[in-house]
Amino acid sequence: MGTLRPRGRRIQLTLRQRRTLWAYAFLAIPLFFFLAIRIWPMLQAFQLSVTRWHVDPAQRVFVGLHHFRQMWGDARFLQALRNTALYAAIGVPAQVFLGLGIALLLNNIRRARGLFRAIYFAPYVTPAVAVAWAWSYMLSPHLGVINSILWLVGIPPQPFLTSPAQALPTVAAVVVWQFVGFHVVIFLVALNSIPREIYEAARVDGASGWSLFRRITFPLLNPSLVLAVVMATASPSIGILQLFTQVMNLRMYDPGGPLGSTSTVVLYMYQVAFRRFDFGYAAAIIVVLFAIILAVSLIQLRVLRRRFEY
Amino acid sequence: MKVKTLLAVLVLTLGAVVAIGAEVVTITYWQYEFASKVQMIDRLIAEFEAENPGIKVRHETFPYAVFAEKVATSLPAGVGPHIVNLYYGWLPAWQRAGYLQALPEDAFPTEAIEAEFAPLVQAAKMEGRYWGLPTAVRTLALFYNVDLFEAYGITAPPETWDELIRIAQALTDYRAGRFVRAGFGMAPDGQDHHLVREILIRQFGGVPYAADNRAVTYNTPEGVAALKFYTDLHLVHRIGEPDFPFPGVAGYYRDGFMAGMIGMIVDGSFAIGAITRGAQARWAVAELPRLTPDGERHNFASFWMHGITPLARGAELDAAVKFLQFITSERAMEQWVAWVGELPARLSLMDNPELVADPILGPFVAALPYSHATFFVDEAAQRTVMIDAVLRVIRGGMDPAESLRRAALEEQAILDRFWGSR
Repeated sequence: MGTLRPRGRRIQLTLRQRRTLWAYAFLAIPLFFFLAIRIWPMLQAFQLSVTRWHVDPAQRVFVGLHHFRQMWGDARFLQALRNTALYAAIGVPAQVFLGLGIALLLNNIRRARGLFRAIYFAPYVTPAVAVAWAWSYMLSPHLGVINSILWLVGIPPQPFLTSPAQALPTVAAVVVWQFVGFHVVIFLVALNSIPREIYEAARVDGASGWSLFRRITFPLLNPSLVLAVVMATASPSIGILQLFTQVMNLRMYDPGGPLGSTSTVVLYMYQVAFRRFDFGYAAAIIVVLFAIILAVSLIQLRVLRRRFEY
Repeated sequence: MKVKTLLAVLVLTLGAVVAIGAEVVTITYWQYEFASKVQMIDRLIAEFEAENPGIKVRHETFPYAVFAEKVATSLPAGVGPHIVNLYYGWLPAWQRAGYLQALPEDAFPTEAIEAEFAPLVQAAKMEGRYWGLPTAVRTLALFYNVDLFEAYGITAPPETWDELIRIAQALTDYRAGRFVRAGFGMAPDGQDHHLVREILIRQFGGVPYAADNRAVTYNTPEGVAALKFYTDLHLVHRIGEPDFPFPGVAGYYRDGFMAGMIGMIVDGSFAIGAITRGAQARWAVAELPRLTPDGERHNFASFWMHGITPLARGAELDAAVKFLQFITSERAMEQWVAWVGELPARLSLMDNPELVADPILGPFVAALPYSHATFFVDEAAQRTVMIDAVLRVIRGGMDPAESLRRAALEEQAILDRFWGSR
């Protein structure tokens, strides 16, 4: 063997390369947390979904697709799945279009715009439990203020949350009320970022009112609209497909009731996991929900995203 | 010199070994946050540690809403309690998933348990072994608003269900389709699913489950009569309605009773504390009504038990056993009933004349001999089955017979799934 000779040459990096390297080094830290805290548990959930749960990992039994077959015969799960689809069908368009409508109105006023924005945004930052309790009192069929108002205008008292037919739309309305402020803020920011010159140029060309909205505002809002729709459908905070806290708290003693009419997939998963200690089945439910959310989000992005050039 | 050093090292090492051997064993006890129970356990721990200098007990509590979540996720990670407090209805799920170990037979002989504890404690037995023991048990009774009774000239609580209906009708204020005051607080999602399952069905001559707990047996004319009787309280007699006064709020019927919006409720001995603190009128307690003045009495009993988790091994298991023996002793129970207000689980303390004569605790104690603790295999699901059986009739207008038939089918499937997987 030859003699060891210290390497005199160091790897030469350009300034640009060095900067990139630093950037990756810093990115590695959040990436590590993302992998450890998001991706790794998700993979574990996949593994759990084909296992019969036991405290002791050595006693967890592989059960293959058993839990997935069990799901299709589980009336409570199927009801929760149907309800979740219904919530999304009502809640997503309502949130997004109300949010857009309110933002357009607020965009047109100069006085007290900040105050209105704060009023619409307040429910979003109010704890869901407090929201649920306040609505629970107001929606009491017997003593609630809403039925008193209806009575004043000659409408008979409504059962709201106590009726299997009305409970789901009522919960959806509360959820929309709570989340609409988020969309108002998103759309206000987007509206403010549309350059004035485009409107001025269009006006010079004779456009006005509805055609301004249809040809300029709406297309230029597209990125925000896509964001709003995807968030309203799928995000952990306001995504209707992950609805849980409001449903749980609007019926503390009979979560998902009456007669399962307000139950959601996440609520049912929670009950299976933490009431039945059946984490294998719960994981299978969450894997199915994951697939649904992924598919719906991809379709939404595909269908809604448009490129407009001006 | 060298020999001396060697000897010194040897002595020091030996000393250290002895010190480690005599080291204090620390065990952890978990329960949910309930002020009087937390204070009680703190006091019992102080007594226990004074008598057992080699054992330290760490007492940790969590809000009720997250308690099961904490247990569910901690134990698989190898941390958490050596002794845990759980509702007896959770036992089958916890046991199957390996969250508990059976009580050692030498320290807790099955025969001794069955001779000394109330028979309902047998709900803590699975596969021939006991998986925990309670300090206290709870039964149901009728709470009534004394001020309201007096205002309507009613002098005594109802003895029979017909009397209850009559009194409740007098107290009820129902206008234009809305209750202002309900004579009777209906809460199928409170205690009333127990009322239907274990009390009314039996009083009407039925039996809810087979003796081996593997079959639903309430889908009979007697069972239908019981469900119809309960739902008629609203549909025919209009003395109350589920979810009154505020749907969704935890303990709504109890809140309504305390606020004077409800004249009578069926509730557990565990509600005494809250009602004592919150009631705005004078109130009293009576044994649950029966069908006829000499009809059968039945009641539902339940308990929170202390179980030992698989984390307890070796010296920790020995310490956990000692602590469990201590908190389920007569001495602990005597303090418990005085401080927490729950009934003792040992037979020897049940006929205590002071307890029987107590105007509030008396009716609950009186119910112990005729109480049943439902053997739940999936408490949450079985509870929902009975709540839904009631609500299908009241909210959906379904015939009670059809609603009960569906409930029996659904609950049998739950039982089959559980027993089939064992």
